Amino acid sequence: MDNRQKEINNLKDYKYGFSTDIENVQAPKGLNEDVIKFISNIKKEPAWMLEFRLKAFERFKVLNEPDWQKPKFPKIDYQDLYYYSAPKSMKEKPKSLDELDPKLLETYKKLGIPLQEQARLNGIAVDAVFDSVSVATTFKDELTKQGIIFCPISEAIQNHPELVKKYLGSVIPTSDHFFATLNSAVFTDGSFVYIPEGVRCPMELSTYFRINAANTGQFERTLIIADKGSYVSYLEGCTAPMRDENQLHAANVELVALDDAEIKYSTVQNWYPGDKDGKGGIYNFVTKRGLCKGKNSKISWTQVETGSAITWKYPSCILKGDNSVGEFYSIAITNNHQKADTGTKMIHLGKNTKSKIISKGISAGSSDMTYRGLVDISSKAKNSTNYTQCDSLLMGNKCGAHTVPYIKNKNSESNIAHEATTSKISEEQLHYCQQRGLNPEEAVGLIVNGFCKEVLQQLPMEFAVEAQKLVGISLEGSVG
Amino acid sequence: MKEQLHKDFDNSIKNLSLSQKDIEIKKFCLDNFIDKGFPNRKEEDWKFSDLNQIIKKNIGELSFYNDQASTNKVDTSVFVDGLEHNKIVFINGRIEKIEFEYEKKDQIEIIDQSETINEFKNSNSLSDLNNAFTNKSFKILVKKGYQLVKPLIIYHTTNSKIWSKNINLRLNFELDKDSSLRLIDLFNDKSEKNFLNIFYNFELKENAVLKNYKVDKFDNKNIKYSFNNIDQEKNSISETFILSSGSNFSKNEINCNLNGVYSSAFVNGVFSLNNDKHHEIRSIINHLTENTKSYQLIKSVLDESSKAVYQGKIFVNSDAQKTDGYQLSKAILLNKESEFNAKPELEIYADDVKCTHGSASGSLNEDSIFYLMSRGLSYQQSRELLINGFLLDVVEKITDSEIKNLIKNMIGIKE
Repeated sequence: MDNRQKEINNLKDYKYGFSTDIENVQAPKGLNEDVIKFISNIKKEPAWMLEFRLKAFERFKVLNEPDWQKPKFPKIDYQDLYYYSAPKSMKEKPKSLDELDPKLLETYKKLGIPLQEQARLNGIAVDAVFDSVSVATTFKDELTKQGIIFCPISEAIQNHPELVKKYLGSVIPTSDHFFATLNSAVFTDGSFVYIPEGVRCPMELSTYFRINAANTGQFERTLIIADKGSYVSYLEGCTAPMRDENQLHAANVELVALDDAEIKYSTVQNWYPGDKDGKGGIYNFVTKRGLCKGKNSKISWTQVETGSAITWKYPSCILKGDNSVGEFYSIAITNNHQKADTGTKMIHLGKNTKSKIISKGISAGSSDMTYRGLVDISSKAKNSTNYTQCDSLLMGNKCGAHTVPYIKNKNSESNIAHEATTSKISEEQLHYCQQRGLNPEEAVGLIVNGFCKEVLQQLPMEFAVEAQKLVGISLEGSVG
Repeated sequence: MKEQLHKDFDNSIKNLSLSQKDIEIKKFCLDNFIDKGFPNRKEEDWKFSDLNQIIKKNIGELSFYNDQASTNKVDTSVFVDGLEHNKIVFINGRIEKIEFEYEKKDQIEIIDQSETINEFKNSNSLSDLNNAFTNKSFKILVKKGYQLVKPLIIYHTTNSKIWSKNINLRLNFELDKDSSLRLIDLFNDKSEKNFLNIFYNFELKENAVLKNYKVDKFDNKNIKYSFNNIDQEKNSISETFILSSGSNFSKNEINCNLNGVYSSAFVNGVFSLNNDKHHEIRSIINHLTENTKSYQLIKSVLDESSKAVYQGKIFVNSDAQKTDGYQLSKAILLNKESEFNAKPELEIYADDVKCTHGSASGSLNEDSIFYLMSRGLSYQQSRELLINGFLLDVVEKITDSEIKNLIKNMIGIKE
């Protein structure tokens, strides 16, 4: 057996499926005002924050769970969840990594995320979120020197209330849809990034999300603000233990780009997808929205979605500033009984705005994949263009691949082009690769990587390698 | 509206000799319709065209009762010259004439189906309305191996003598093995602001060929909904061409089930709109077995504050391997008030398929205009030439040369 085969065999099962046995502090089960007050209290939040949460909760009470999506799921009992869970050792926040619970350090080491100083050679600043709290943020000092704020959002609420107050809920208001509103009411932690005017962030910022406790929903909130002329590249990774029950993950991510600013947001999502028979796995219902507020601003989303039992998200760009640019690059892979309903929304409001959508979907096994997207060019968005390409690859006749684009053009000076294809890996390509000595699985891996290349190229180096491997692994057992 | 519906329903039932059971069914459909009302934007299929609002805004209150006892005078001036054809004439929703003068009488059977009500598989509240109020419906059966010599033109005419604000029509066609039919729907509306609700059902047996051309050309204030259900068996071919231009609002729905191997469906459409017109084509092609093919091409030219919508769906069942599905929609927006919305959808459960869709919308290409103007054409001429060429592409897809020429003349497209 060659090395690659060995590696694949090692990785065949979800390698992040372990759970860490750690003592937790949890909010009482269920969702009510007391729980929200409990969360706000334990995070020592100011009164305006609690008000924000309670306002969202009032709204949440009148909303109904949406049901228009393609993947159906059994009704979630929102009263049967824990909305806050944190390692006990985090009650008093440790001052440095040395004080951090060794069990937590061990967990992140196992996940391949080195938190300790000496292990940080790859030069990425990491904010590690464990269930409902952020446990560690690295490289803080260096970033502070440049005036960059990179910290857990709970800290930002206390230390930078003026920024949080101004921007939190400005892209995803508390009155948004069901899951976003739920998040606004009960969000626990997440990252906060502020890049001051004219600063180019010298390193990749990264958040690593980990769900550990059972029966816990993870509701994190990320807020990134790029001030005038700044640049930031932000990465996000996620894993969870293997459990038989489905767990809910409903995050909100808000990006704000002011004049001439650029935000690049990359996600490699590898939540536990459930076992081969579709038991367990994460429900990944995430709201991600970016606002190109200023002129010449740019927001670019790149996502590699391989995990989760159900992925349901549409990272969007609101192109409000003139000449602003929105981009969306996505690879979504579903295998076994996974389901994904993902895509993007590009809302053109400003003049000369441009957007580009490249989406690659691969479905195998008994999985189901849907691309759903909206391109809306308003009557004021003169001279705007959109280009959309969504390609799907099917492996086997038990899976499904669907494309549901909504295209609205209200401006005669703007152009929209949309293309989509669905096909399978051609026999010729397979034959060609096999003839040159690759086994069928390797051949498929190679072809799929080529199919995804346009998107993989958009990822930062370290992530691209990881993602490429992930693509191969996710399709294990789908050939033949 | 509810009272009016009940009153008009009772009136129309009185004049029909229906069995108690049929009345029950009609009543059931009426109740369904009252329950659901006209489709509105909350329904996914009507997201871009809120019929409820459109009817409210353009017509207001509807009435439904049509007196079918008195005949209407057939105005022969609307008949198409220079093309010999068979005729069915609807005037204000009443069938005045069915005439197959060029065909062998024993090869075509016209069956009065007024007493039987067939349910549509793809039902919305409009099919309930249609079921409740259609009081004369026929089935036209083309017998085995017979190919109609001349095309059949169905004239849909309305005039000022129209009885109510709503007309419901229904026709069924069965094309037996190896038969063929060329069918033109020609709309000629002289009435003001009515709602036409038309349902056609086609059954295509083995090797049957159906060519259906819907021409809504003349400016009118009516609101139209037309639904075609086409069931196709082995080797059969259906070709649908839609010219969507005249009415204030029009929605054409095509639901095509490719049940037999090697069957194929073609849907081609042209939107040519101005003023405040709002038109929609929605097509659903269901590939249900292997080796089936579909091809769709929709082009729109939108001027003033007109709005066109194209919703096209290709569905591929898990048994339907070797499916070939193609769909392309293109739009030119001539005015800053005009709007084009598209939802080209693919739903695919089989892996060995080739399905493609594309959609593009934008303004006339300035470079092309510059090119033509530099060769001596005026701006207006260049614009017309480009639009002409853009639409000609679709008209050229019409496989019947006789009808192609007729339609070209009607639109005023030059080669």
